[in-house]
Formats: sequence, C-alpha cells, structure tokens
Amino acid sequence: MSRLLEVDGLDVHYGAVKAVDGLSFGVDRGRTLGLVGESGCGKSTTGYAILQLVRPSAGRVLFDGADLCRLDTASLRRLRRKLQIIFQDAHASLNPRLPVGDLVGEALDIHGLFPGAARAGRIRELLDLVGLAGHLIERYPHELSGGQAQRVAICRALAVEPELIVCDEPVSALDVSIQAQIVNLLQDLQQRLGLAYIFISHDLSVVRHMSDEVAVMYLGKIVELAGKERIYAAPAHPYTRSLLSAVPVPDPDLEAKRQRIILKGDLPDPAHPPSGCRFRTRCPITIERCAAGDPPPQPLAAGHWAKCIRLSEGS
Amino acid sequence: MPLLSVRNLTTRFATDRGVVRAVSGVSFDLEEGEVLGLVGESGSGKSVTALSIMRLVPEPPGRVTADAIEFDGLDLMRLSEAEAREIRGARMAMVFQDPMRSLNPVLTIGRQTTEVLRRHQKLDGKAARRRAIELLEMVGIPMAERRLGAYPHQFSGGMRQRVMIAMALSCNPRLLIADEATTALDVTIQAQIIDLVKRLQRDRGTAVIWISHDLGVVAGLCDRVNVMYAGTVVESGPIRRLFHRPGHGYTVGLMGSTPRVDGAAAHRLTPIEGLPPNLIDPITLCPFLPRCRVAVAACHERPPAPRQFAAGHWAACFADLVR
Repeated sequence: MSRLLEVDGLDVHYGAVKAVDGLSFGVDRGRTLGLVGESGCGKSTTGYAILQLVRPSAGRVLFDGADLCRLDTASLRRLRRKLQIIFQDAHASLNPRLPVGDLVGEALDIHGLFPGAARAGRIRELLDLVGLAGHLIERYPHELSGGQAQRVAICRALAVEPELIVCDEPVSALDVSIQAQIVNLLQDLQQRLGLAYIFISHDLSVVRHMSDEVAVMYLGKIVELAGKERIYAAPAHPYTRSLLSAVPVPDPDLEAKRQRIILKGDLPDPAHPPSGCRFRTRCPITIERCAAGDPPPQPLAAGHWAKCIRLSEGS
Repeated sequence: MPLLSVRNLTTRFATDRGVVRAVSGVSFDLEEGEVLGLVGESGSGKSVTALSIMRLVPEPPGRVTADAIEFDGLDLMRLSEAEAREIRGARMAMVFQDPMRSLNPVLTIGRQTTEVLRRHQKLDGKAARRRAIELLEMVGIPMAERRLGAYPHQFSGGMRQRVMIAMALSCNPRLLIADEATTALDVTIQAQIIDLVKRLQRDRGTAVIWISHDLGVVAGLCDRVNVMYAGTVVESGPIRRLFHRPGHGYTVGLMGSTPRVDGAAAHRLTPIEGLPPNLIDPITLCPFLPRCRVAVAACHERPPAPRQFAAGHWAACFADLVR
C-alpha cells in the first residue's frame, strides 16, 4: 500500500544555503511523523515545501500518488484542501478583522463547501469539534486567549476536511496547561477523523507524546529516523543522543544523576556547512574520516536508520 | 539572617479596565547561595515579583507595596531611585529572556560590558577592558578579546545570553535573578547556560532566583521552589519534596500537563482545563478552584490558608494531597 505522503530527495536551496538537503520520508494515513531539531535545522522549511508554500529546488512530494511539485496552480489549489497547516503564532495567522464564525466560514467559502443554509450549522459543528463554546462565534481574534486562537486555527484547517495537517510548532507558545489541552485535542481529532500529521517542534518531550515516527534534523538533513519508542529508548546518532540528554526532566532525583552530553559551540554558518558530516564540528566522537563525505544512512533495525559512519564500527 | 526577605509584597497596575492585582501578598526568604525557582504560567506574577524586588516596576501605572523587602541588610522599599540604581547591577543583577532587547544594538559588546564596570566598580578604561575579557572568557565566549568590537547582531542567541550573564555577574552580585533566561534558546544551548549558572553559583555562592515555566529546568537547578498562580505563591517547598509529594492541586495539574522524554511509553497528558482567572475581579476563594480536579467541600466555603507538611514545605490547599 502506498503511503499518503512520500517525500523523496527534497531540496530547498537558497543560493549557498541548503536549508533542506535531500530529505526522504513518508507518512501513512492516520499517523504522525515528528520532525525535531533546533532553530535553523530546516524543519519548518520542510513543512512549507511539502505544501509548496516555498517551492522545492529538487525532489518529489507525492501526495496520494500525485507529485505536488509538478502540479499547476489550479490543480495544486484543489489538492491543498487535503493538506492544511497550522502555525505557532495562531493570533498572527488569523485575520484580526473577522470574528471567529467568519474565520471558519471563510475556509468553507474558499472551497465552496456547505453553501447557503448549511453554512451556519457546519460552523457550529466545527467549533464544537475543537471544543470552542458557541458564544465565541462573534469574538474577534484579539479577544481570544492563545489556546482559543490555536483552536480556531485548527478549526479552520479542519473545515476543508484535510487528510494531512502540517503542525508547525503549534503548542510552543502556549503555557504548559494549555499546551496539554491542544496536544490532547490534536490526538482526539486524529482518532476521530483519521488525520495524518507532520508535527514540527523543537520540543522533544511534546514530539514524543504526539508522534509515531520521529525524524531528527540537523543543518538541513535528517540524521536519524525511527519509530518513537525506539528513538527515545535507543537513540543512535550522536546528535540525537546529545539532544535527548540536554532535555531536562521534571524529576530532581533523575536530574541529579543524569549525564549530559554538552555540545561545544553553536550551529555552524549554514552558508558554509562543514564538509562531510555536518555535525562533525560539534560531535563528541568525530574522527578524521567524518570529513570525507556525506555519511550514508546506516540501517539499525526495521524502520530505524542513522547517518553516522561510527555506527558501523563493531560496538 | 536570610539574604533576601520579602513580606507581603503586592503589586497592582492601574489599567483602563480596572486595577490588576499582578502580585498579591507574596512572602518568602532566600538564603545566601540558595537557588530558588519561581514557577507558574504566564500572568502568574513571577516576573512582576522579580521586577518589584529590583524596584523596576514603573510607578505609575504600577504600585508596589510590601511590609518589608530586606536585602543584604537594606530595606529596598525605602530606597530612593538613585540608591536603587546603585544596588542594581552591583549587588543584585537580572537577566531577561530576550538578550536582544536588553543589549543596545548600536553599541559594541565591549562598550556595553565595560560600561557596568566603569560605573559600579569605577575601573578605568584599560582595567575595565581587561576585566570584561576575563568575564566573557569565564562564560565561555571564545576569542573574547577579538569579539569586544562586535555588535550584538553578530552574536548568536546563546552567545548574547552569555554576554548578558557576564554583564550581570561583572560586579559579583550577591543575588542574580534570571527571568526565563533560557526559554528562547535551543536545548543544547540551554544545557550550556544552565551548566554555567550552576558552576558560578557553586564557585561564588551567588544566590539565584530562577524564573521559569519549565519544570524540568527547575528540577535540575533549584534547591527550593515557589509555585505561583494568579499572583500568589500557592505552594513552596524543597525541590525533592515538591516534585515527589506536591501539596497543591495546581502543582499536581502542572505536573500532569508536562510531557516528558523519559520513562515508560508516553501516557496521555492530563491538562488543566479552562483558563487562569482575570486578575481585575476580586478573588475570594482559592484562585485555582474553577480549574481544580481535586477540590473538596471546604474549597467552596473559604479561602485556603497555608498548611505546613514538613520543614519548609507548605501549600494553600484544602485537598489532602500530602499524606
């Protein structure tokens, strides 16, 4: 069975800056792929490139078999109904001049869904689906809390009955109690509607809660990809390992015992990435050979690979 | 005698819609060399508590009152603005979330780091420069000497935050207040900064108030925690007790909402339903009551008084969470 979304050799290059470089991954219906990495690793650009909000320099984005990169504007627009996106700053993504009801109605109108008498009922149904009380229908975005605004954004995305939603840091700006509300809402919606998600976040804890599979990105490349259980229990790539070791856990006893792998320095200049493995300038186990070439993916287990030449050494 | 003693701190702001009680009756002590965490969500009063102690709340529209705020033998409430300015930066210093907004974009890093030293330590140009290089090296900025001529935009976010910490520490303050100092940073850079703060605190005995919404960071760094909600401290305790035997419905709620990277398969989160209260309306009962999962009959009758569970551990909660 073919996957709902299949990304193959995706590049987004801006001159010398290879923001996204040769990514391949896929997502099945009703499943979630988490994309994690630090600022500037290309995870958001990947999300935008899937939706063709930035045009990829090379590669294919197959959605239900159709290559989005090769579609003309009209066909792309028709297909976009099936692919939606929600952003970190929900307030900024909502037109401040429209009340909630019209914000949701607008999404229906654009695709000619539920015209005439059915419109009002559908708006209420959608608001109900995302847990927004009916009285909010006349409120304007500035009257909404951060969590409510994100629910409206989710509601607009759902209005056009998508199959895949790219979630770009959807809970990062929210307080932890509200963040948990939205995480649970996204999980419930996935269950009920069979949605697939690409869940983009810098927060490895949230990604663990949301994802079935996780891809870790560094400087435009996926360095490791695995099922959720596997990647959190047995991370293989030195970057994944240091990233996981750096995430604090809310338990003082565990924190006192934890061994952190503290990385030296900052992210290299993306316009002049290191030769060979891009992580080698900060890698605690780098050797001379790491500079030689882009490390190929090492298969480690079913559905688990990492790009590190040191993994093939007997250990 | 504690280094800092805050009694009944209340900070209000006059707004068009009414008076906002941002902080209501906060009291706590901070010992020398102690790291105190202030946790809670946006609007819980963490930052305003810190700004009030630093005498950085503009009055008006703000109004800060307290029975006492004693720091290092001084009554901060009685200081004039000029006296407060002498204390700030010298004996107590603060680091904010966004270093780009704290640094002047048109002045070099060198000019900004030496300014503090010249002002408070009366060092001359050469000595200030030497000391600035030392400080920048101490916080892990490589080739510090060559970087004095750089401007803030030429530094990464992590480096800018290091500069802020270097500046905050330049006069050996006895108290460092860090307000979400690592929140905007990537986790690997956050780990570097926390490592640095731990080392400085250990080597110099600086007391730290660490404001964060991140329970993980607090668990790894702090000796004691004040949990804030709606402008009040609802629970306070030593770090291990607070995390293992939380005594307030809100603390329990925060922990249930927090996703983790460790432990058994990810469980479903238990969010705190609803929204925090509006701080304009008077709050007569427990401020967390409308969102609480463990409320008991008494919660609907009267406001909870602090209950002591163990030395230094108390919560203003009627529910019997700690047994």
